[in-house]
Amino acid sequence: MTKVTMTVNGKSVSAEVEGRTLLSAFLREGLALTGTHIGCDTTQCGACTVHVDGKAVKSCAVFALDVEGADVRTIEGMANADGSLSVIQQSFQDHHGLQCGFCTPGMVMASAALLADNPKPTEAEVRHHLEGNICRCTGYHNIVKAVLAASGQDVPAVAAE
Amino acid sequence: MFNFDFVKPSSIADAVAAMAQTGAQALSGGQTLTPTMKQRLASPSVLVSLTGIAEMKGVCLGADGLSIGGATTHATVAAEAGAYYPALADLAANIGDPMVRNRGTIGGSVANNDPAACYPSAVLASGATVVTNKRKIAADDYFVGMFSTALDEGEFITGVTFPVPEKAAYVKFNQPASRFALTGVFVAKYASGVRVAVTGASNNGVFRWAEAEAALSANFSASAVEGLTVSAADLITDLHGTAAYRANLVKVLTKRAVAGAK
Ligand SMILES: Cc1cc2nc3c(=O)[nH]c(=O)nc-3n(C[C@H](O)[C@H](O)[C@H](O)COP(=O)(O)OP(=O)(O)OC[C@H]3O[C@@H](n4cnc5c(N)ncnc54)[C@H](O)[C@@H]3O)c2cc1C
Ligand code: FES
Ligand code: FES
Repeated sequence: MTKVTMTVNGKSVSAEVEGRTLLSAFLREGLALTGTHIGCDTTQCGACTVHVDGKAVKSCAVFALDVEGADVRTIEGMANADGSLSVIQQSFQDHHGLQCGFCTPGMVMASAALLADNPKPTEAEVRHHLEGNICRCTGYHNIVKAVLAASGQDVPAVAAE
Repeated sequence: MFNFDFVKPSSIADAVAAMAQTGAQALSGGQTLTPTMKQRLASPSVLVSLTGIAEMKGVCLGADGLSIGGATTHATVAAEAGAYYPALADLAANIGDPMVRNRGTIGGSVANNDPAACYPSAVLASGATVVTNKRKIAADDYFVGMFSTALDEGEFITGVTFPVPEKAAYVKFNQPASRFALTGVFVAKYASGVRVAVTGASNNGVFRWAEAEAALSANFSASAVEGLTVSAADLITDLHGTAAYRANLVKVLTKRAVAGAK
C-alpha cells in the first residue's frame, strides 16, 4: 500500500491505496463519492468522467497513484456553494436531459469541460464533444439541448417534441 | 486486475532504471493498457508511469522536423501541432473522444501499434523517426506487424520526429462504436515524393501503398489513383466490413486525402 494525496472537490484527501486502485474506485469506495458511475469499466462509456486538473478524463482508466497531487472534481463538486444546482445541472433538469440518470454525472462533467473551453459551442460541436459519453436511454437530443441552453444560446428544435 | 508496484519516475534516466526491473511495463495514458490489465491480458509486476517526465512532453520544431515527446497527449498535439503540421493536429483532434485525448499519448499509441490506430499511419506516411531511450528507428523499420514493433524489452518511446511535408491529409472512415479507424489513409507530399500509409485495413497492421505513391509522385491529383486497384488478399474481414469493402475504401479515402491535402 502506498499513500496518495489529492484534492477532491476542494478538500485535501489522503489514503493508503494499492497500485491497482483506480481513481474511480478511490472516489467511490474510498471516499463514498458514488455519483461517479461505472457503466462499462472498459473506457468506452464516459459515465465515470471526472475532471483532473480541469481536464475531463475517464476515472476507470486512471490509477489513483498516477494523479498524486492533482485537483480532482466530481459531480458532487458541481452544485453551487448554497447547494442549489449549477447552471448546467439545472439545464439538464429543465430540458429533460436525463431519463434514468445513469449517464448524467459523466454527461455533466464532459459538458462542463466543453463549456469551459468553448463557451458558445454549435450543436455540431456539442455532439462531437460528447462522442465519448454514451446514454443507454438514448436521450441525446435533450442532452444536446440542455448543453446549448446552459451556454446561454437559443435551443434549436433538435428534440423529438 | 492483478496487483503491481506503481512507480512514477520524473526523468528518462530514472525511467530506464525502473523499466530494467523484472516484469516492468510502461504506462502512459492507460487508455489501452488499463482495460487490458482488467482482462488480465497484461499483468506487469511493476508499472512505470511515464506521465510525470517533463522532458518527454511537448511539441517543438527543429532542424529534423517536428518533434513530439512520447508522453504528449493527443489533446496537446491537436492544440499545438497545427501551426506546423495541420494534418497531424487534425488526426490527433479526431482520435477517440475528448477524455481519451486528454490522457492518451503518441508514445502509447505508436508502441501499441493497434492495426486500426490513427498515429501509425502518420508516422509511416511521414517517414518519421521513432526515438527511444536507446536509439532512433526509421518508420519503415519500426512497424513489424499487428500489435508488434521493433521495440525491445524495456525499451520505450521518448519521442517521434516528423519531417514536415509540403501538403498532407489524414482521412479516417470511423468505426462508430470504437471510434477507431474502420480504415484510414494518410497521404503526405514531400519534395522527394509522396508517401501513402494505410491503417485499419491489413492483417499485418499499417502499410504503405506503393502503387499510389508512384502515381501520386508523378501527378498529385485524385485522378492519378483512379485506375489503381488494391488487392483484398491480406486485408481484414470482420463484422464491420469485408476485405473487398476495405480495399475499395483505401482507394476512396486516398482520393479524398489527396483532394483535401493542405
Ligand atoms: C474509447 C476509445 C477510443 C479510441 N479511439 C482511437 C482512435 O480513434 N484512434 C486511435 O489511434 N486510437 C484510439 N484509441 C486509443 C488511444 O489513442 C490510446 O491512447 C492509445 O492506443 C494508447 O495510448 P496510451 O497513452 O493510453 O497508452 P497506454 O494504454 O498507457 O499503453 C499502451 C501500450 O503501450 C505501451 N507504452 C505506453 N507508452 C509507451 C512508451 N512511451 N514507449 C513504449 N511503450 C509504451 C504500454 O506498455 C502498453 O503496452 C481509443 C481508445 C479508447 C479507449
Ligand atoms: S465506466 Fe469508465 S468509461 Fe465506462
Ligand atoms: S439517462 Fe439513462 S443512460 Fe442516459
